[in-house]
Amino acid sequence: MSVKTELTFTLNGRPVTLEVPVEMTALALLRDGLDLKGTKYACGEGECGACTIEVDGVTVNSCLMMAVDLQGREVMTIEGLQTNNALHPMQQSFVDHGAVQCGFCMPGMIMQANYLVKKNPDLTREEMTRGLEGNVCRCTGYSKVLDAVAAVVGAKQEA
Amino acid sequence: MSEQVAFQHIEKSSLIGQRIKKPDAPAKAIGKTRYINDMVLPQMLYGKILHAGRPHAEIIDIDISAASSLPGVHLVITAKDIPDLKLGFVKDNAPLKDKVRCERDEVAAVAAESEAIAAEAIKLIRVTYKDLPGVFSAEDGLKDGAPVIQERFPDNKSLKFEFHHGDLAGAEAGSDIVLDDVFNVHYVTHCCMGTSCAIADFDHNGKLTIYSQTQYPYNYKMDLAPALGIDPGDIRVIQPPTGGSFGAKLDVYPFEPVAAILAQKTGRPVKILFDRQEEFINSPTRQPARIHLRSGCTKDGILTFRAADVLMDNGAYTSWGPTVPVIMMRTTSGHYRVPVVDFTGQAVYSNNAYAGSFRGYGNVQMTYATAQHMDMLAEKLDMDPIEFRLKNAQKSGETTPQKSFLRECALAECLTTAADAADYVAKLKKYTDERSEEGRYKRGIGLASSIHNAGGAKIHKSDGCGTILKMDDYARVTVITGASEIGQGIDAVIGQIVSEELGVPPEHVTLVNNDSDLGPWDVGVHASRTTFIAGNGARRAAIKAKEQILAAASKQANVSAEELDLRGGYVVQDKDGAVVTRLDKMLRQMHFQPEPDVVMVSDYYEPNSEPEGRDHISDHSAAYAHAVHIAEVVVDTFTGEVKLEKITMAQDVGRVINRMGLEAQMEGGVAFGIGFALSEEMLFEQGRLKNPNFRDYKVPTAPEMPEIEMHFIESDCAEGPYGAKGIAELPTIVIAPAIANAVYNATGIRFFNPPMTPEKVARAIWEKTQQ
Repeated sequence: MSVKTELTFTLNGRPVTLEVPVEMTALALLRDGLDLKGTKYACGEGECGACTIEVDGVTVNSCLMMAVDLQGREVMTIEGLQTNNALHPMQQSFVDHGAVQCGFCMPGMIMQANYLVKKNPDLTREEMTRGLEGNVCRCTGYSKVLDAVAAVVGAKQEA
Repeated sequence: MSEQVAFQHIEKSSLIGQRIKKPDAPAKAIGKTRYINDMVLPQMLYGKILHAGRPHAEIIDIDISAASSLPGVHLVITAKDIPDLKLGFVKDNAPLKDKVRCERDEVAAVAAESEAIAAEAIKLIRVTYKDLPGVFSAEDGLKDGAPVIQERFPDNKSLKFEFHHGDLAGAEAGSDIVLDDVFNVHYVTHCCMGTSCAIADFDHNGKLTIYSQTQYPYNYKMDLAPALGIDPGDIRVIQPPTGGSFGAKLDVYPFEPVAAILAQKTGRPVKILFDRQEEFINSPTRQPARIHLRSGCTKDGILTFRAADVLMDNGAYTSWGPTVPVIMMRTTSGHYRVPVVDFTGQAVYSNNAYAGSFRGYGNVQMTYATAQHMDMLAEKLDMDPIEFRLKNAQKSGETTPQKSFLRECALAECLTTAADAADYVAKLKKYTDERSEEGRYKRGIGLASSIHNAGGAKIHKSDGCGTILKMDDYARVTVITGASEIGQGIDAVIGQIVSEELGVPPEHVTLVNNDSDLGPWDVGVHASRTTFIAGNGARRAAIKAKEQILAAASKQANVSAEELDLRGGYVVQDKDGAVVTRLDKMLRQMHFQPEPDVVMVSDYYEPNSEPEGRDHISDHSAAYAHAVHIAEVVVDTFTGEVKLEKITMAQDVGRVINRMGLEAQMEGGVAFGIGFALSEEMLFEQGRLKNPNFRDYKVPTAPEMPEIEMHFIESDCAEGPYGAKGIAELPTIVIAPAIANAVYNATGIRFFNPPMTPEKVARAIWEKTQQ
């Protein structure tokens, strides 16, 4: 019924070409079209950060982005953060610090945390707190999340 | 060679109190975990519900013709298409409605080939309503001539709970100070990050498999079956990973039988998944309450009585919400020595949303009132508020008027520990003195305490949990427990406890607890009970397995079983840790020996508590615990913003089991309490929710969180696993009144009606300056 268009972009390092309905969001494409269910729907209006992905190195709420706007871009999802089947240091730090409870918000939280640390390796706790303001978690009270991010920053500074 | 030498002797060591990682965390952190929200079954259809969107109306006609003929739609149903079967605590609710009693009422449902088609079909259903005058508060519901909400209850009165103890008139006459205040505790909701979801699938023998977020799978069958007219035994509950719960999933709500009916009628699996707006409008809330509290004491600071008259807006249907007086009255009667108690809780039907259970379960509401009254009495007495509380604090071995037996009572230690750590008394005086000084920012400090059941709560006849434990030939352990995992971390705790007893690494313990066809009975994740109840069960099962292994090893090694132990994957001599044999080898030998055997044990643990009776006089929990929170705030008197800077907490945890999980529960509980105290509020106008989104309903985010200093008091509970008590609700219970007391300290203004939003605080400050 709906109008479709061809879309080509890079997804977690690999080229993808497919037909997508023009009204589809990037979130729906990832979850339903490409079976990458690590990116979560929790509000659908950019208020909670559960659907956070990286597009051309910048985090966005994929629920607010149209799939067709991914044309020609580099997209990374939570599934693309691991390398060689090993947890990314940010993912490992979240596990080690007990930052994961129900875990539903964690893919988005980890994507945003990783982006903040990439952008500023000397991130202060205050900056982390502000930088994660758009990611809602109902289980943790954020303390262990911030501990996990701080540990990654600390490890980078020591290295 | 060196490894052999190292393992000849294995020292005794303990995991209890250590930091144990959640075993499911890596899969969740890499996005691999498939939550129920992510699940797609073969041939699955998508269900969607048409909600009334109006509070009170007769349904004159429903035209489903356009929806039914939309391509991709398999079925459209209304109340006319299903038998008149009920659900809910007093069976006053139905899967689909023939009359509208609240905004969320389910009027019709669709099953279609995609979510988009289902949503389109819903829009094509034409309903003709005749709107009726509504009831939008408990007070209005009690008025003469008020519209009747539920025909079975013509006076609109729903559940009522009472407890009376001692001579109230005499106690009032004997009081030097009597306080009389009304607190209005508001609507909030859970906001689980994973929205509500159910997937139903019938087989050809009429057995229903329901994939559910429920946190009480065994009673869930009992509650779901009547709404479908099937036998509870014909329901299998599978619990995929779920995005939070916090009490929201402790009942059956209409969308669940609707999914099952659609599945039954279409012969296909059907999934219903809420979007966020549906989640806000159609989920249970915390029970709101008008609490009229009177408290008295003598001039020497001895409490004389508490009298609480609680009026609750029941909403249109009865879930767990209006049963919260069961816990409210325990705090009224049992928190501090209260010689005379008078408690009445009455729920009244209205056309508003209806409440379910929510972390803290009535105690969040009641403690908001009692903890402020304790401060207010101390102020009237001109007494140090710690001294006042200590005078009235129970000691170990005391029993409350409702017969809660405080076997290990650490209330006094919680009070002094938190007060000393925060320098509470000195700061309280300093900020009181500074209150009248000029300046935009005012500092305040406030303390609150409460009691909560910490060894389960026997609100059913049983409060038990079954465990099945087996070991394989390679010393790997599988534990099948009735206890559910909803993110809280029982997976880590059971692994830890079983490791402790069997001397195997926690990662060698696999937990199976998501399928009611496999798991033994359990009451559910609620009442801070799971580590206590399921932990005890897992420990007892592991001890049985250990005894079986050591008995076999003792025959083989020709030493008594008492002289042996399991450590680090070996059978060892208990006294010096000398290795006897490898555990996996021992397990293999057990079924190759003349009397072959495998390790496969079970346990059913029922705590020694008493069922909550109609008179509410029973020791309904196997343990009770206290917590004290001290909040330090800065109030911006220009904007009304309350900045929470620090929480110092002391809680009786009995014994620390998984330190990391314990801290995580404290921090998460504090966040819930902060939202309740400062920002979260469901705003209803004529029964309609005006803020069903995260923009207008503000849950705490990282910047709102204070520094948290935790002190765990280990009272060594005789009944708990390794001495542990239940812990998860208290941090949510005590924080809001601590903040309210701190805001009072800063501003001299009492907030009887939370949340303390900037608008409300700024207005109160302005009004005070006009006086």
